[in-house]
Amino acid sequence: MDVAPYEWPAHQVRRALAAGQVSARKVAESALRRIDEVEPAVGAFLHLRAREDVLADADAVDAAIARGATLPPLAGVPAAIKANMCMRGVPASCASRVLEGFVPPYDATAVGRLRAAGAVILGATNMDEFAMGSSTEHSADHVTRNPWDLGRVPGGSSGGAAAAVAAGEATIALGSDTGGSIRQPAAFCGTVGLKPTYGRVSRYGLVAFASSLDQIGPLTRDVRDGALVLAAIAGADPADATCAAEPSPDYEAALRRDCRGLRAGLPVELLGGGTAPEVRSSVMAAADLLAELGAEVDECSLPTVPYALDAYYVIAPAEASSNLARYDGVRYGRRAAGAADYVEMFGRTRGEGFGPEVRRRIMLGTYALSAGYYDQYYGRALQVRTRICQDFEAALARFDVLVGPTTPSPAFAFGEKTADPLQMYASDVCTVAVNLAGLPALSLPCGFHNGLPLGLQVIGRAWDEETVLRVAFAFEQAADLTRRRPPLLGAGRMGG
Amino acid sequence: MGGVGAPAETARRWQTVIGLEVHVELATRSKMFCRCSTAFGAPPNTQVCPVCLALPGSLPVPNRRAIELALRAALALRCEIDPDCRWDRKNYHYPDLPKGYQITQYARPLGRGGELTFAGAGGASRTVRIRRLHMEEDTGKSTHEGMPGGATGVDLNRAGVPLIEIVSEPDLRGPEDARLYLQALRLLLLYAGVSDVRMEEGSLRCDANVSLRPAGSSELGALVEIKNMNSFRSVQRALEYEEGRQAAALDAGERIARETRHWDERRGITFPSRSKEEAHDYRYFPEPDLGAVGLAPAFIEDTRRSLPELPADRQARYEALGLPGYDAGVLVADPALAAYFDRMLRAGAAAREGAALLSVELLGRLNAAGIGVDSPECRVHPEQLAALQGLIASGSISGKIAKDVLDEMLATGSDPSVVVQRKGLQQISDQGAIGEAARAAIAANPQSVADYRAGKKQAADFLVGQVMKATRGKANPGLVREAIARELG
Repeated sequence: MDVAPYEWPAHQVRRALAAGQVSARKVAESALRRIDEVEPAVGAFLHLRAREDVLADADAVDAAIARGATLPPLAGVPAAIKANMCMRGVPASCASRVLEGFVPPYDATAVGRLRAAGAVILGATNMDEFAMGSSTEHSADHVTRNPWDLGRVPGGSSGGAAAAVAAGEATIALGSDTGGSIRQPAAFCGTVGLKPTYGRVSRYGLVAFASSLDQIGPLTRDVRDGALVLAAIAGADPADATCAAEPSPDYEAALRRDCRGLRAGLPVELLGGGTAPEVRSSVMAAADLLAELGAEVDECSLPTVPYALDAYYVIAPAEASSNLARYDGVRYGRRAAGAADYVEMFGRTRGEGFGPEVRRRIMLGTYALSAGYYDQYYGRALQVRTRICQDFEAALARFDVLVGPTTPSPAFAFGEKTADPLQMYASDVCTVAVNLAGLPALSLPCGFHNGLPLGLQVIGRAWDEETVLRVAFAFEQAADLTRRRPPLLGAGRMGG
Repeated sequence: MGGVGAPAETARRWQTVIGLEVHVELATRSKMFCRCSTAFGAPPNTQVCPVCLALPGSLPVPNRRAIELALRAALALRCEIDPDCRWDRKNYHYPDLPKGYQITQYARPLGRGGELTFAGAGGASRTVRIRRLHMEEDTGKSTHEGMPGGATGVDLNRAGVPLIEIVSEPDLRGPEDARLYLQALRLLLLYAGVSDVRMEEGSLRCDANVSLRPAGSSELGALVEIKNMNSFRSVQRALEYEEGRQAAALDAGERIARETRHWDERRGITFPSRSKEEAHDYRYFPEPDLGAVGLAPAFIEDTRRSLPELPADRQARYEALGLPGYDAGVLVADPALAAYFDRMLRAGAAAREGAALLSVELLGRLNAAGIGVDSPECRVHPEQLAALQGLIASGSISGKIAKDVLDEMLATGSDPSVVVQRKGLQQISDQGAIGEAARAAIAANPQSVADYRAGKKQAADFLVGQVMKATRGKANPGLVREAIARELG
């Protein structure tokens, strides 16, 4: 083997384990060594589990193999979890000071299922505080650097998860996507990121940002891994009333190398004036490639999508203002010291505990819901949301998938957008509409510009992740871009 | 009553308008959105989980049983049911509200437009319209007891316990009616099996909106909300006080402030609570963690059909059997007692006489002993009491002897016929034996016979008494009277 196990996709880990070519311990050790090597530069993690705990999990997989047990689908695969998902015994800080010291006593459903599928969990990854941001610069702890260019952001809010996968620190990761928080960092870091249909994956144990939009999904090296991870975490959960009873198909079986008989729409609104020329040309080239693979590609229109950003930045903060009300210093996390009474303790805890972006959104959302403004803001945003759903429904009646850019530009530099929140919000322009409509969408690399990856977004019908994965897989196999690795220190070398 | 009276003249000048908001804990074993126990009285924070502690990442899952009980309540109150009713969030901050919001129903409640008919003050029938009935979750409790250094403790055992809130229209016209409505509502919910409705344990809580308006006016005056009324009696007392306070203020030309006031049970007054608490904007919005409640028409109909006979129907049935309204009411007011009575009826007891035997004789004895009619310590079964009533009706024993038989039945659990046999208490109706006893009494009391003959007819009563005494009360008094009259010629 010419590359170290930390570079392998999950399906290769599985194959090698099944063939007895490697042990789960070797795979884990390789990942841990890679973390030692590059983590100081990348800063993908907020919390790493103790080395011996990680190796003990890997040893348990090896012991099961030795017993002749059937290998679960993600056996021995090193995995990273965004720090807004609960893992028993691992701090889930959401990169916020307000959750300092909070160690969940329970596993999120998706995390539990990943463990049950044999994944070896490495730790919790960095993010924008409470998933509010598009660059991971809003982490209260530290910034995460883009493995392709350490002077640039990895995207956000699942920036740590995307960077960990891109840098070879983790084979797979779970992120969460409220307005693009899986797809945008996947695009910036050159990985595959999948936001499933709303209700496909249980949100139980995912710290809520905007409940009607949040969805957990995989960040992976390639499309096949995305299918594998989705299969492991998807499906009904009695602990989440919004998680659907829809059966989860065999996503891996949906992967095919062609797009014959598929119709792909190219929404003109996703390639609007704000789109960087390199992004536009890369997406157009991708459309051509899909046509070569047998797809019928045609332009289409989603007329209300330009209003999605406005609706999103009313609905998401409104839900967040309520979801974040529980961080009051009473039961867990940070509590301001020396307050004379509850009101003072509460105010100071939240004032000290939340960063400026979170405070801004809580205020936005509180305002949007307040008496006399509800109809004007929240009510109106819900109307826009309904119209956006109708637009997508109409377009997806004509097309099997919609394709476009994941982001209007490649990864930006640190500090480039932090001064102006509206500019930062605008980087979500291609992704938020999908969350409002609850649809599945995947981002995968479709080109490079000045050494920075660009992302192609494939949007599907509700509950039809299979077609999304099929189109993405066919494109991936033909474009052959996902095997490119960032020029990071140590990349591609044998792990000692 | 309260410190301020409501003189009759004032009462004529002002009309009192009252609406009640009643919270009722549903009789489920587990909480509204998690599986924690709802049992009352457990040590603090022992009935909690990630969901009711509002740990990050936890999500609510509705309790189907709670929804079914709420539906039963709405149907019992003749509400119009919204099968597509929704959940909303009510946002406010308080230490005992762990999520910082309460999951409730705001825009689309489970039930609207119901009514409750009950016997109001003076026995007159009153109907109060029900504006809405909705489901929600309870909060925890803040406590200062046993906390060091003036700290506040929070007990979240109650957080998430299922509640319904029943809001009446302002149809009540006086404090006594308000209390009677509340008691009728309690009884209805008890019958429907919705709640144990114990006011002292807080499973039934009541706030009142009170306003006064000039008699004859149809506009509502400034609304005052009264909280902290912890018993049926305190509801009436608080409202009487408030009625008097507002009337006095209005008589003095003052304006009534729209405010929330707390009832102070000990001092017998209401006082304004801090107005800061009222400046709430609850920012209601649809609960994104939950879909519509989704009540299938068949489920609603099945639930409607599964409702037992409700108090008003039972009252009507008893009255149709010949029970006076008051007597029927005594039985209906206690479901255990009414159930006992129904078993007596099924065993063949006559309604009126059976009811008297139950509510006067048996209940009197049980109450004195502190035993409930449905308690295993009550050794007289309804079928046995019905049999006792049958023995009286057939003349086998007298009503007087029946009391002794009942005492024995309570002590031994024996059937009345067994007691009568064992103790030889069978009524003597044998003409010969009674005639003999009458002749003996006449022979032994010549003075009484002389008195009788001299026109003092009461002397016969003495002779009858002598016969009863001689037979230890067992002789049939009617036959004895006849025999004495016959013998005295």
